Parts: sequence; structure tokens; C-alpha cells
Amino acid sequence: MLTKKKIKARYLSFNRNVVIAALLITSLALAGCSTKASEASGDQLGKGLVTLLNVSYDPTRELYQEYNEVFTEYWKEETGQDVTIQQSHGGSGSQARTVIDGNEADVVTLALAYDIDAINKNKEILNKEWQKRLPNNSTPYTSTIVFLVRRGNPKNIKDWDDLAKPGIQVITPNPKTSGGARWNYLAAWGYALQKYGNDEEKAKEFVKAVFQNVPVLDSGARGSTTTFVERELGDVLITWENEAFLSINELGEDKFEIIVPSISILAEPPVAVVDSVVDKKGTRKVAEAYLEYLYSEQGQKIAAKNYYRPRNEAALKEYSSQFPQINLFTIDEVFGGWSEAQKVHFDDGGVFDQIYIKQ
Amino acid sequence: MAGVIPINVRRTNQNKARERTLQTSKVIPIFLTAIALIFFILMLIVPLVSVFVKAFEQGAGLYYAAISDPIAFKAIKLTLITISIVVPINTVFGLIAAWAIAKFKFKGKNLLITFIDLPFAISPVVAGLIFVLLFSTSYGLFAPLLNAWGIKIIFAPAGIVLATLFVTLPFVARELIPLMEAQGTSEEEAALTLGASGFKTFLFITLPNIKWALIYSIMLTAARAAGEFGAVSVVSGHIRGLTNTVPLHVEILYNEYKFSAAFAVASLLTVIAIINVIIKNIADWKIKQQTKI
Repeated sequence: MLTKKKIKARYLSFNRNVVIAALLITSLALAGCSTKASEASGDQLGKGLVTLLNVSYDPTRELYQEYNEVFTEYWKEETGQDVTIQQSHGGSGSQARTVIDGNEADVVTLALAYDIDAINKNKEILNKEWQKRLPNNSTPYTSTIVFLVRRGNPKNIKDWDDLAKPGIQVITPNPKTSGGARWNYLAAWGYALQKYGNDEEKAKEFVKAVFQNVPVLDSGARGSTTTFVERELGDVLITWENEAFLSINELGEDKFEIIVPSISILAEPPVAVVDSVVDKKGTRKVAEAYLEYLYSEQGQKIAAKNYYRPRNEAALKEYSSQFPQINLFTIDEVFGGWSEAQKVHFDDGGVFDQIYIKQ
Repeated sequence: MAGVIPINVRRTNQNKARERTLQTSKVIPIFLTAIALIFFILMLIVPLVSVFVKAFEQGAGLYYAAISDPIAFKAIKLTLITISIVVPINTVFGLIAAWAIAKFKFKGKNLLITFIDLPFAISPVVAGLIFVLLFSTSYGLFAPLLNAWGIKIIFAPAGIVLATLFVTLPFVARELIPLMEAQGTSEEEAALTLGASGFKTFLFITLPNIKWALIYSIMLTAARAAGEFGAVSVVSGHIRGLTNTVPLHVEILYNEYKFSAAFAVASLLTVIAIINVIIKNIADWKIKQQTKI
């Protein structure tokens, strides 16, 4: 007969074996998936195949889907190399965040220069002078901010003034996380400055009145579009011109109308090669070509086709009928550049915090 | 989860009497069943059916195209890879933990139970951010190590596997502990006294006893691993074709105005849920049969 003690001993020794076996399996499996990861991110040069990661903001999904196909063909013809371009989209601020956290983007194509500067804040990941490396402040295409209203414009919204009226529901994303939302905010501010003869206090009152009409702040431009279009919340959506056109194309002209305000901001979404990543992966050549080709006739036409205003005169002329004439001001003229605008308006405790918390 | 705890309570005469008085009124059970059924139909059946209706709205051709799209295919592949890594690890771990907790007394047992429950209590977003803090290549705790070895964890498939592993950790243990505690150790002790080895005891006594609960808990783990959104979303970086799982792909399609395609892919997750429910029912039935003997 076995004593209870012996039974227990046998039991425990078996238990120990199981633990060891489990640890072995676990470590094997983890080793398995980490090698898989390193394979995916490893150096791909010399295999005739190269992978680029383009970390972009929300509304460029359709633009880069089309552009990537064309660039892949172009690059194959030029060099014989197969290039695969991986896309990632989200709110411009949160996308910059993932690059800071170690998402290895070869190129970033974000909504505004400040978000690319932010990538550099802690550690120099890309060259400080990145904005001077490509023409037009490294912005191959521009856009502006317009309004999208429901068919027939039931609330009769014509200009920025109408957004500040009581009883109007305005949909716009959160300027803290969304690049588009910051352009929206600054466009409203610029309008008010012009209207009140550069009176900062009056401009603040005006923008505050607009934001008091905002029932929900989504984190990205696409989220706000979905709120307005799908959830049918709000009377007017402040949005990128390209995003407004896209909503109409996807969901029907019988549902929405674009309203062009009297004055708006020239939005410049910039592009940059992330130096530390391309040097590590050995992809500098193709990454640079990827961005340069955006300035080519072909690239400019794709941008225009996706409702981004091209820099190239010929392409602009060809698509001029779709872009309404708007009086545009730049961020440098009115706000003294992005870092200044960011510091005054969007940093913690800035003007946006003051007007949005106080309501 | 409480559904599989087999309670073999001997009914006292008092209980029987109460049962009889309840059964005399036939209106109440019918009324209660009707309420439960209507609620069930409104809250479960209607949404489930509407997923499939929306998915097939534009015809079976578009449904097939949405699922066989290369990026969707890669998302499905990544989800399957994740399941195939996460489920075995968590099953082995859950078995060991349940075994230790149910059949032995030791110091720190309650602490272990608390730790097993932790992933249930922590919000998935926080769980994701924990992994960013640990494995970020620019400031994470393991950053020097990762950079030296050239390993990527977050914004790579490995991070998705880790996050899913964390979130689905409690399922197997939580399912097995009550059952194993209820079964006690007498059968294993008998086997061991009769000279069976520890492994034999496990294989022929313990495992058959918990077989169905184990199968069900594995299904639960797999379903959660396939459907996890929050934690995975934080560590994914949303790179199409590389770190996009099925739920993340559904969100992308939805945000790109491809509603039918979004629901087509979502219906795959729904099918997993339905299979899950069926297996749970079989398991429940089998457990009841087992405990009756």
C-alpha cells in the first residue's frame, strides 16, 4: 500500500514534468513567432523584392490605394524590382504616435507638418530639415476645408457665420488627435480674424460659439464623416474638401451638398522619408522615389482624381472644374507657422482647451 | 461560465414540495418563457440575422469577393495563425493552473486565482498599452534588447499574438477550476494507489472527467482570440496585409464605405460564434450525462 505522502509525491513529480513541458512549448512558440516577425522586417534588398510601409492619415486611403498600384508598375519598369507598399491609416496625431512608439514607417504622409515634427521630439528619427527636401514645403498636393450639408441645405448654411448660430449642430473631429480638425479650427479662426479686423478676443468668442455647437468630437476625420453620414447626426460637417467629395461619390448626390465658405485655409499635408528606418532597412532609394513620383504628372493626376488639389499647373487645369475658387489663406500668413499655432491653440492649456472646457 | 458547474445536489423533500406547488400553475412558466424568448429574439437573433442579410445584400458574388480579397485573406490568415499559437499555450497553462488550484492546497493559491482573473478585469486598451510600454523599440523597457537582436514585437504579428495571449489567458482555467473542484481527488487517489503512474492517471482519469469542459473552454479561447479588438488594435499599427486581423479589417472596410464587404467579413466571426454556441450545448449535455453516472 502506498502512503498518502507517496501518492502526493508522485502526483507532484508528474506536475513538475507538465510544467517543464509547458514552459518548453511556450518558449518554442514565442521563438517561432518572433522569428516570423524578424523575417518580415528584415533586410529585403537583393531579393528583387522590397517592402515599403506608408503610415498615413485618415482620408488618404483611396488616394494611396490607387497611387501604390501605379508606383509599383513604374518602379518595376525602372528598376526591375518588385515593390510592395503596405498602408496604415488613422487620425494623423495617433499615426505619428505609432511611429514614435516604433512603428517602422519608411515614409510618413500625414495631415500636417506639426505631426511629422512631433515624431522627432524625443529622438531624431528623421532629418530636422525634412520639409526642405522636396518641393513646395514637401506637400505634393493641397486641400482646403469646406462644409458638407444634407441635400437641399435645410438649415441654410452659407458661411462660417452660420456655424456659430444657436441651434445648429456642427460635426468636426477632435483637434487634439486629428490633423483635419486642427485645419478646421484654424480655418474658422482665420475667418473670424478677417471679419473682426484681427481682434483675437472676438475670434476666440466666435470659435467658442462654433465649438459649443459640436455634440461629439470623433478622434479622426473618417470617424466624423461616419458620424455625419451614417449615424445622421448634425446639420453640417466641417471637413477636408477631398473627404466631402468622396462622401458624395460613395453615398450619392441625392443625399448631400458641398458648401464652399467665402474664405478658408490652404491645407498642406506633407510627406517625408523616415531616415532612421530607411537606413536600417536599406530602402532609402525606393522610399525617396516613392515620394518624388507624387510630383510627377502621373502622380499629380491621381491626386487630382482623388480630389486633392495638385501643385502641377497642367493637372490643376485639367481638373479645374471640380475645384471651386476659394479665397485661401496659409497658416504661415495668419498663424506664423505650425509650431506657433500648435503652441498657442492645441497644446495642453492652450486656447482650444480654454474654450472647450469652459462650455 | 457558471453553466457548466455540475451541481449534484440531492433534492430534499422540502424542495420537491416547492417544485410541486410551482408546477401547479402553468401560466407563470409559459409567461416567463415567453418573455425570455422575445428578449432572446430581439437581442440576439435579429442582430445576428441582420449581419448575414447585410453581408449578402449585394449578392453572393460580392460576398465571395470580399472574403477572397488578398488583404482580407491575409487578415484571416493572421487571425488563424494567432489562434493556432494562442490556443495551445493557453490550454496547457489553463490545465496546469486549474489542476494546481483544484487538486492541491498551497500558499498563495488565492493570489494565483486573482492573477488568472486579472486579464478579465483589465480593459483591453490598457492591456495593449502595457505591451507598447514594454516592447516599444524607442523607449520600451526591452528596447535595448529588441534593437540589439533586431526583433520587432509591437506593430508586428508577434505583438498581436502576445496581446491575444494575455486577453484569453483566463478562459480555460476559469472553466475547469469549478468542475475539477467539484469532482474532488478521490478518483485520482484510487488510480495512484492501484499503481498507475502520474501521467497515466492524468490521461485516463482526470482528462476524461474534464473532457467536455475542456473542449468548450478551448472553443471560447479560440472565439475570443479571433474576435479580440481593443488590445490588438493598440499594438497592431494597422498595417494592411501585415498586422491586420479579421476584426480590424472589418473596421477598415466599414470606414471605407464598403458596408457589404465589412459585414461579409464580419459574418465569418459570427459563424465562429454560432459554432461556439452549438459546441457549448453539446458540452453541457455531455457533462450532465457524465455527472449522472
